[in-house]
Amino acid sequence: MDNSDQPTLDVSKLRVVRNRNEILKSVTFRALPGELIGLLGPSGSGKSTLMRSLLGVQAITGGSVRIMESDAGSPSLRGRLGYMAQTSAVYLDLTVEENIRYFAGVLVQAPSEVARVMDVVALTPFSRRLVSSLSGGERARVSLGVALLGSPPVLILDEPTVGLDPILRRDLWRTFNDLAGAGATVIVSSHVMGEAARCARLLLLREGTLLFDGTPASLLDASGAPGYDEAFERLIEGDR
Amino acid sequence: MSLRRTLLTTRRILEQLRHDPRTLALLLVVPTALVGLLAWSLTNQPGAFDSIGPKLLGVFPLIVMFLVTSVITLRERTVGTLERLFTLPLTKGDFVAGYAIAFGALALVQSLLVSVLSYTWYGLAHQGVPWRISIVALCAGLLGTAFGLALSAVAHTEFQAVQFMPAFILPQLLLCGLVIPVSQLPSVLRVIAEVLPMTAAVHAITPQQSSPYYVGQFAIMIAYILTALVVGAGTLRRVTK
Repeated sequence: MDNSDQPTLDVSKLRVVRNRNEILKSVTFRALPGELIGLLGPSGSGKSTLMRSLLGVQAITGGSVRIMESDAGSPSLRGRLGYMAQTSAVYLDLTVEENIRYFAGVLVQAPSEVARVMDVVALTPFSRRLVSSLSGGERARVSLGVALLGSPPVLILDEPTVGLDPILRRDLWRTFNDLAGAGATVIVSSHVMGEAARCARLLLLREGTLLFDGTPASLLDASGAPGYDEAFERLIEGDR
Repeated sequence: MSLRRTLLTTRRILEQLRHDPRTLALLLVVPTALVGLLAWSLTNQPGAFDSIGPKLLGVFPLIVMFLVTSVITLRERTVGTLERLFTLPLTKGDFVAGYAIAFGALALVQSLLVSVLSYTWYGLAHQGVPWRISIVALCAGLLGTAFGLALSAVAHTEFQAVQFMPAFILPQLLLCGLVIPVSQLPSVLRVIAEVLPMTAAVHAITPQQSSPYYVGQFAIMIAYILTALVVGAGTLRRVTK
């Protein structure tokens, strides 16, 4: 059965209020299998809150978040969403292999999956190194490796390329493209507008409101701007 | 709950400790050295070490495991590993039981090490049963682990977590009978002291008591362990506001 037109993510009128601040204001979008979506916006725009809402670890105030036809946070979804947080969220006092092996064990994955994932994120030569001894980029790859365990159909990656050198950033985006090409829905957040061109689809978030949902080319066309930074600025001005 | 995931968590915690020799040394060598120092300092007071030494075997695991667990669990909360784990099929019970088994095992090793050295090298002539001392030490370690898990939810930084020791542990240390016998405390403090977990640990080591007395002390400790583990699991939130 072909499920390619069935949305894996269905977010409808999502509202999140935290400490009396409205972090997300009626956000609505859908995502299909195989889509690579860039969730872009300045720091504090609500990107991480939106991603945590997709995971089901953020309490929502209104609206709904459905993932593969289940409510976000449902026990049936545990282990079916690959998640990479802004912090590496791995154990610094374990080796790369011990980290990936532990999370693979929790997911009941075969030992071969540990080797596969370390190969995908190019960490096999570092397998016996403590994570605390790795650079920021290498730690990010350990975190990505954990997110890739079991080839989950949905990947939620929160600012995975922040602070990485251009070569590593390019390589990671290639990996994200490959994952989407293999049928996964991949959502990647970033506050760097220059990363917009790497995505097939963009969601632009500002102060909890979704300002734009479309392809990078249509963003430039709609705004008439020469670049993504300018396009975003024009969108903001048009929103005021 | 899943036994497999619980034991995986236990193994992961022990692996973390294996990579941290300083913490392991603090857990195993420091209590041993301190009891040795006490034995040495009481050389000229016959019988004094025989009275105080065993009580320390019920106190050390509680203090050390409380400190280590509260800091490590707080780290799980602040660095994001706990949130990541809760997006996976790991239950709160798996998580808490994994910690309890890992630190319970460490408490047992710690108590065996201190007991063996106390009865041999340090010259302890205690009339109690050595295996009961090991079980008390295990319970004390589990008490420290359970309280550390529960109280780490209240702390926001590792500094705050450490500050819980003087607030939570020291009053028990003063009232447990180590400084003044519980029977000589003012009546209100005596009533409080009798139901404190550290007092139960010290009482359970006291020799020449009746079996029901020991059963009562172990019952107090087990009730505290179970309550604190349930509270500790309850403080772990899958969803945050």
